[in-house]
Amino acid sequence: MVLGTYKEAVSARATDKDILKVSQDGGIVSALLIHAIEEGIVEGAVVAGKKDGEKWRPEPGVAMTKEDILGAAGTRYTMSPNLTALKEAVRQNGLEKVGIVLTPCQTLALRKLQAYPFARFVADKVNLAIGIFCMENFPIAALDTFSQAKLETPKDDVDKMDIGKGKFWITSEGEEKGLGLKFTHGYEQAACNICSDYVAEFSDISTGSVGSPDGWSTILKRTDAGKTIFDSAVEAGLIETKPMDEVKPGLPLLEKLAQGKKDKAAKELEKREKLGLKVPLVL
Amino acid sequence: MFDKLKKVFSGSEEPKEQVKKETQAAPAAEAKASAKPRIGYIHLSGCTGDAMSLTENYDILDVVLTDLVDIVYGQTLVDKWIHGTYAEEMPEMDLCLIEGSVCLQDEHSMHEIQLAREKSKLICAFGSCAMTGCFTTYARGGQQGNPKHESFVPLSDLVKVDLALPGCPVAPEMIAKAVVALCEGDMDYLAPAMAIADVNEACGCDLLKYNMRMGKCSGCGACSVACPTRSINMIEGRPISNTDRCVKCGSCYMTCPRHWLPLSQIKKETGL
Ligand SMILES: Cc1cc2nc3c(=O)[nH]c(=O)nc-3n(C[C@H](O)[C@H](O)[C@H](O)COP(=O)(O)OP(=O)(O)OC[C@H]3O[C@@H](n4cnc5c(N)ncnc54)[C@H](O)[C@@H]3O)c2cc1C
Ligand code: SF4
Ligand code: SF4
Ligand code: SF4
Repeated sequence: MVLGTYKEAVSARATDKDILKVSQDGGIVSALLIHAIEEGIVEGAVVAGKKDGEKWRPEPGVAMTKEDILGAAGTRYTMSPNLTALKEAVRQNGLEKVGIVLTPCQTLALRKLQAYPFARFVADKVNLAIGIFCMENFPIAALDTFSQAKLETPKDDVDKMDIGKGKFWITSEGEEKGLGLKFTHGYEQAACNICSDYVAEFSDISTGSVGSPDGWSTILKRTDAGKTIFDSAVEAGLIETKPMDEVKPGLPLLEKLAQGKKDKAAKELEKREKLGLKVPLVL
Repeated sequence: MFDKLKKVFSGSEEPKEQVKKETQAAPAAEAKASAKPRIGYIHLSGCTGDAMSLTENYDILDVVLTDLVDIVYGQTLVDKWIHGTYAEEMPEMDLCLIEGSVCLQDEHSMHEIQLAREKSKLICAFGSCAMTGCFTTYARGGQQGNPKHESFVPLSDLVKVDLALPGCPVAPEMIAKAVVALCEGDMDYLAPAMAIADVNEACGCDLLKYNMRMGKCSGCGACSVACPTRSINMIEGRPISNTDRCVKCGSCYMTCPRHWLPLSQIKKETGL
């Protein structure tokens, strides 16, 4: 299956205005993590925080409260090695039950750490892994190129960055400016070119914007843990949902993009192998 | 698949000249007496961390030790040691776990490792000192106790090793999973450990050479999680290893999902 194994797909949005004010899309990641903390399902959550004074530079950190989660909401389109803060959550904060938000590559890394635990007693403490969809990621200098050099807005003045409808968007002082993706193409890190997972196929629950209307998110419930927390957040009135087949553009677009990513990665891997370069060994 | 694995894990290294690498399959006669695998534990130049990790598996240890395996040799777990008490001779073993590197100037160690090879069907380099030399790589002799003890080499420099479990020390859960796989004959799970058996060096800079320089690093951070000495920092989504802190254990590159990815095992464990 091109979207991996999942029990159910829905379109959804958080109901809490505090979340929607700061979230990237439907605020599902934040709503689920806040709910998990408040219900004691996790003691804390690992998120991509913001570095002091540099809002587009992510700094993986441990969120213990709703305020912490909200402070880390929204997408920073540059690498945030969230797993590093998992070690902090377990070793420094002493957490036994941890939630974490991960890109697809990070989700695979977490699952490998669980399958072959070379690092003692870290990865086994995760009981909620929320995966976010991801087509590619950029070095932070590329964000300067997009906003400052191409869209003539220093990135410190940018309030939101977003990718959608074929463009890289920035919002600054209420004004939106878009840059065609053909201009951002080529700035992504090389590792993304061999990444064949668009939708975090091995998370407990995956979410992203593609497939749902603006301000809403698409959700794939995968494991029992993922389904249980989502359903209980809906029941508690923290998340509202719409059936996936009633929203536009719906799953077909997500499937198309996921397949496209797989095809491109396979081609690039073949090319590298032909050159005799090392590629990841998949067992 | 095994050959492919081997090629990937041993990097570009040429196979080394081996002095004594012939495995002498131990006669199975004695093993038949009890169906349980006969396990030995030899402690060479290591810190006992690996043995402690093994015993940290409290929840399964009693079952493992009483029902699943017989520990037939060792100075830490049982008092049966040729240089100590209660063992005139080294017994035949199905599997011999060896912790620590081998001191070339220590005649006991040199003798014991050769003997272990003769007596064991499988030898496991248990922990990074045995596998890569780990921090004993930095040894330079001159200490008061025995100044001449200055060279400490990985097991595979001297004998054929069949599987290796890196870690400084090996993580308790890694040991538990490997033991369960061994008992169940799950060779797929152990394939990576077998493929790295003759890897005899490691360093934080493996990430640079074999991963970053190959355009594979996605900045996931798993390597820094695995590093026991916190020598890896992530800067702008890339690991940087502080070579002054690195003990050359190999945990980082072994953990990197862009080195090898156990997808079948992940599917099995997540049910996805
Ligand atoms: C590099 C990148 C590329 C993406 N590409 C796509 C795409 O092609 N299609 C799509 O539908 N969605 C994509 N997303 C996901 C999307 O941008 C949203 O993150 C997702 O929909 C969650 O929105 P939300 O409102 O539910 O989350 P929010 O409530 O806003 O929370 C977002 C969470 O993500 C974490 N986060 C922010 N930046 C990063 C980062 N760099 N790495 C890891 N975690 C981070 C934050 O800490 C926060 O907890 C991408 C995300 C990233 C980070
Ligand atoms: S495209 Fe793949 S490798 Fe790149 S950041 Fe996203 S999940 Fe990671
Ligand atoms: S960087 Fe850390 S994990 Fe890697 S070899 Fe050195 S000590 Fe081991
Ligand atoms: S584990 Fe591998 S891919 Fe992940 S950050 Fe380290 S070197 Fe990069």
